[in-house]
Amino acid sequence: MSAAGRAAALGIPHVLLEKTDHLSDTIYKYQKGKHVMATPNQLILRSDHEFDAGKREQILEKWVGRTDELKINVKYNAEVKAIRGTGPAIPGSVQKIVMRRRGKPDEVQEIQRHEPPYEIELTSGETIIAETVILAIGTQGNPTLVTAPGGDLPHVTYQLDDPTEVLDEHIVVVGVGDAGIENARGLAEDPAQRNVVSILNRKPKSTNVRESFANAKEPNAKALIEDDAEGKLTIRYESEIKQVEEGWVTLSTRDGEERIKCDRVIARIGSAPPRTFVEQCGIEFTSDDRQAYPTLSPVFESTAPGIFVIGALAGYPLIKHCMNQGYDVVEFINGNTELKPADEPLLVETFAGLPHNKSVEDWLAHLKANVSILHDMSTLQLREFMLDSDMRAYAAGETIFEKSAPGSSLFAIVEGSVSVRIDKNDPTKTVTIPQGSIFGEVGLISGRRRSATVVAAEQTICVEISRNAALKLMSQVPPAKREIERISTERQLLQMFGSGLTAEDLSEVMATAKFKTIPAGTEIITEGDRGKNIFVIRSGSMTVEKNIGGKPVFLSYLPAGSYVGEMALIDDLPRSATVRAAIKSDVIELDGEAFQRVLQAKPALFASARKEMEVRRRTNEMIESRKENFSTIVQLYSEQADFLVSQGIGEATDVLLIDETLCVGCDNCEKACADSHDGLSRLDREAGLTFAHLHVPTSCRHCEHPHCMADCPPNALHRGPDGEVSIDETCIGCGNCQRNCPYGVIRMDARPPKKPSLLAWMFLGKGPGPGEASKLWRKKNSQGDQVKKAIKCDMCTGIEGGPSCVRACPTGAAIRVSPDVFLSVTNMVDEG
Amino acid sequence: MATNLSSGALQAGREFRTDHESFLQHRSFRWLKLSSLLMLVCIAAYFLIDVEPRPNGGTWVGYTLGTIGAGLIVWLSLLGFRKRAITEGGWSLKAWTSAHVYLGLSLIVIATLHTGFQLGWNVHTLAYALMMLVIVSGIVGIWFYSTIPAELSLNRREMTQRQMLEGLKALDRQLNEAAQPLPRDQADTVLAALGDSPFSAGFWRRTFNYYPGCKTTRAIAVFDDVPASDKDAKRVQRLLMRRKGQLERIRRHMKLKALLESWLFVHVPATLALIAALAAHIVSVFFYW
Ligand SMILES: Cc1cc2nc3c(=O)[nH]c(=O)nc-3n(C[C@H](O)[C@H](O)[C@H](O)COP(=O)(O)OP(=O)(O)OC[C@H]3O[C@@H](n4cnc5c(N)ncnc54)[C@H](O)[C@@H]3O)c2cc1C
Ligand code: HEM
Ligand code: SF4
Ligand code: SF4
Repeated sequence: MSAAGRAAALGIPHVLLEKTDHLSDTIYKYQKGKHVMATPNQLILRSDHEFDAGKREQILEKWVGRTDELKINVKYNAEVKAIRGTGPAIPGSVQKIVMRRRGKPDEVQEIQRHEPPYEIELTSGETIIAETVILAIGTQGNPTLVTAPGGDLPHVTYQLDDPTEVLDEHIVVVGVGDAGIENARGLAEDPAQRNVVSILNRKPKSTNVRESFANAKEPNAKALIEDDAEGKLTIRYESEIKQVEEGWVTLSTRDGEERIKCDRVIARIGSAPPRTFVEQCGIEFTSDDRQAYPTLSPVFESTAPGIFVIGALAGYPLIKHCMNQGYDVVEFINGNTELKPADEPLLVETFAGLPHNKSVEDWLAHLKANVSILHDMSTLQLREFMLDSDMRAYAAGETIFEKSAPGSSLFAIVEGSVSVRIDKNDPTKTVTIPQGSIFGEVGLISGRRRSATVVAAEQTICVEISRNAALKLMSQVPPAKREIERISTERQLLQMFGSGLTAEDLSEVMATAKFKTIPAGTEIITEGDRGKNIFVIRSGSMTVEKNIGGKPVFLSYLPAGSYVGEMALIDDLPRSATVRAAIKSDVIELDGEAFQRVLQAKPALFASARKEMEVRRRTNEMIESRKENFSTIVQLYSEQADFLVSQGIGEATDVLLIDETLCVGCDNCEKACADSHDGLSRLDREAGLTFAHLHVPTSCRHCEHPHCMADCPPNALHRGPDGEVSIDETCIGCGNCQRNCPYGVIRMDARPPKKPSLLAWMFLGKGPGPGEASKLWRKKNSQGDQVKKAIKCDMCTGIEGGPSCVRACPTGAAIRVSPDVFLSVTNMVDEG
Repeated sequence: MATNLSSGALQAGREFRTDHESFLQHRSFRWLKLSSLLMLVCIAAYFLIDVEPRPNGGTWVGYTLGTIGAGLIVWLSLLGFRKRAITEGGWSLKAWTSAHVYLGLSLIVIATLHTGFQLGWNVHTLAYALMMLVIVSGIVGIWFYSTIPAELSLNRREMTQRQMLEGLKALDRQLNEAAQPLPRDQADTVLAALGDSPFSAGFWRRTFNYYPGCKTTRAIAVFDDVPASDKDAKRVQRLLMRRKGQLERIRRHMKLKALLESWLFVHVPATLALIAALAAHIVSVFFYW
């Protein structure tokens, strides 16, 4: 829209093709009355359309008005199906598309690119010829379609705007993800609507909610099961649609076919990202990574000459970026080469105060030339990358960060070099990292504390790269990813095994290293096997179990940064226990033989490994010996550990648990939480599962690899100094994090008004009292616009004394634990 | 077979690991030990120091005991503020409760010695009696706190109170519909049962889980005589039984929650009365002595 606006203003012939019957579908689909935010604030808007923070309705209204004023040529209900060059074939320009298919070998399709003009084919069959094409189709993509016969009938739908408007219908909802569950429950909520709702689940029924509803949040799935038990709706397990007819559908179930009445099918079986469509246009992506974006030139031109890509699809998910790019890209196409991107002032600021006094462009070129991981970036990527990064200059001897300091950023050395202190007692023992290389990667990979102090060895300039920017870099620039992985693996090994090992000692082991991603529940080591390889856990966590008396007994929990499997190397016996992934984990598998040679060459390393092994062996023996008198406790403990792991404790770094033998239900923890955070509680004590009186309330687990961070447009989620995952004030309230958190701990709410003081309440009865005020009170006393933002536990950062919930518990029922402390056998034996 | 070398969460910095220890055991019974020591010192002072004419509140030992006692009472009362004023800092309510319980118990010794066993029908003894009432209710509280939570946890079966009520509402909707085809009088008993909200009962009924006129129970009985062939009626009866089960769970939940609070209805008002009586006691001692 913004691009078409600029074209209209410049008098360039254009047409704006829109799939739906309105513009800006993503924003159109926001919930009613949503407050739209105009982040980043420092960025100036450059567009023929106005945009400022405000209500969705007002913004859309203004845009529609402006679109008319500018006389933009819009063609609604025009969905583009294909874009093909009609000119001569471009020699040597072939697009290779790799199609991954489950269980079958990848298929490679080759497309010969042709010169413009392009022929744009619409789903209606109409075609349009254009010299240049600007693709701004966002990332929403298309819903996955029902492929069964009859799937194209008009009552097969993919969205449900208002469930309360559907009356007296037989409805089949397909898919048990969150969207499907929410639709089904919404339709069945009020019996007065008299809807008969069935929801189809391909998976079989199981007592483990996570198994039969793998793609839904647990609270959602449980609520659905309850509704089913109460007869509000029906969950049909192991069922799929076989055929759709007017008024009926045929299902294929475990017990054969079944034909049921159906006035409406709502399919919520996910949506396919627009990537396939984009690739078919001849546009190349930077990598196979799911998060990758199209490869673009500094003027947003894709690998297909004449096709430009902007907006969310180009990797810029904020509205202001999108609009600016619309303006810029048309200016570029129109031959305006002088135009400085709108982010120029921000970059000028980033590079201000550094030595040399270079211009932004010179700095960018300098970075590209000097830092190995930035070599392969396009200037456009680099610009955006630098918006999220900082430049730092250090004098010789200045400390860059201290050991154990918090930090999740990665540093790259632009000029100079740094030394890493490898022995905390002896500052002279250092390792030098030269110009062009990186450091601080441990903080990046596992979100943990710095493992060593780093000092500038000479006058040094570094780029400090935020975790998000680094992850984006890794997905966009495959060589950078390989480089970072190589360096971090090598350093992790050196640091883990210590004992004076050098990179040369490990070179053979490194050469055998295999990177693997292990799905949750998969074994990497099986008890009794004769494997010898060693596994290093890079992310995720593992559980160790031993078979005792025919039952698997939980022995211990291994967080990221541990290694496992060396026992077999040392004592040359079969594997003594089974190790499996508690959650999806990344491991490095090292060849046992190669490692054994390192052990033999380094007696100090051998000795320390041996000592560790003795400790483990003693624990095993102790469990073995006590299994008679402790069998019930051991079993209980084992089951409890399984329960906790299933509740996400395995990926937690710090979690709130409630001992229900002590909890008197006073809810003082919730009240304390609300009172120390703007009056809203970030924890729901009563909700959540319980096992053997150990209750896991609905409250953030501060995951090792937070799911919530995956897709936050303004990068508002951070890991803080104490490992806490928190949300800052740039949150735009899009709700992505809420949807991405599998534990349902994020809520969206507006900051309530201020309450009268505690004393005024105690003695004068003023205000709602301690804790979260009721919705009614908040509504009555609210002032101004209610801006809903995401809120969640931040572990009371900045509050002296630490988390209020545990401080405010009168009986000691509320405890905060980290899993490696809690999930250990010693714990069980102490308590048993 | 495994080594954990870089678990950063355990390294220096603000640590939030909390001990898994109840308020009674807090720091290996630190406050029990301190309070026992305090009691021993007081007992020793009482018996070893020979005051004239006889031990009572008016001697210097008596004054000292009285001052300690009054100070303790004031401090103990402050728990109500501490619990609700969520200020910053390294305090923990668990430590406060632990100290509260053990120091509160030590008052039995301190105050009794302070009286010098001279009791009568006056404001001084009133203060003493009120204090003992507060303490006894506190002991009842401890008993409840240590026995009820586990029961509460078992009873709620991972459901929140809201979910239990929603479950009941869902059953009610089904019942409402299932009762449509029934004859008028039967339908009426069912509807009467539906009107029976778990919240209509007062404090005593809730606390003792005593519901003599439970309309759901009565409605179930109405269907006992219906022949098994009457499918509609039997279905309604089954639903009613499920409703009763759910209702009982909610009632048990409310009973346990009420019990956990009930003793505070004595403990707190008696504390207020105690403070008034204590003030009267102190004023009268200084004015009329
Ligand atoms: C709930 C939510 C809240 C958000 N809140 C904010 C906020 O407050 N502030 C902010 O800055 N950002 C916010 N965002 C992010 C922002 O909305 C998007 O990043 C932005 O709208 C992307 O703009 P775009 O123009 O690239 O794509 P879109 O807005 O997705 O526009 C693409 C358009 O192309 C059409 N289209 C797609 N395919 C075809 C085709 N084949 N043929 C023809 N037309 C097609 C679509 O119908 C659509 O109208 C939020 C996102 C969400 C999901
Ligand atoms: C004269 C002595 C005492 C006084 C003045 C006193 C006063 C108080 C007050 C004011 C409260 C706060 C209640 C609230 O606001 O919720 C309280 C709570 C409590 N008291 Fe006492 N108390 C005394 C003795 C005791 C004793 C002897 C015991 C135990 C044996 C005890 C056990 C408790 C407990 C368990 C709580 C509840 C804590 C909580 O749930 O937060 N008290 N007391
Ligand atoms: S909010 Fe983020 S860190 Fe917390 S539990 Fe959810 S995904 Fe994990
Ligand atoms: S914090 Fe959550 S709601 Fe806020 S912007 Fe980020 S993802 Fe969206």
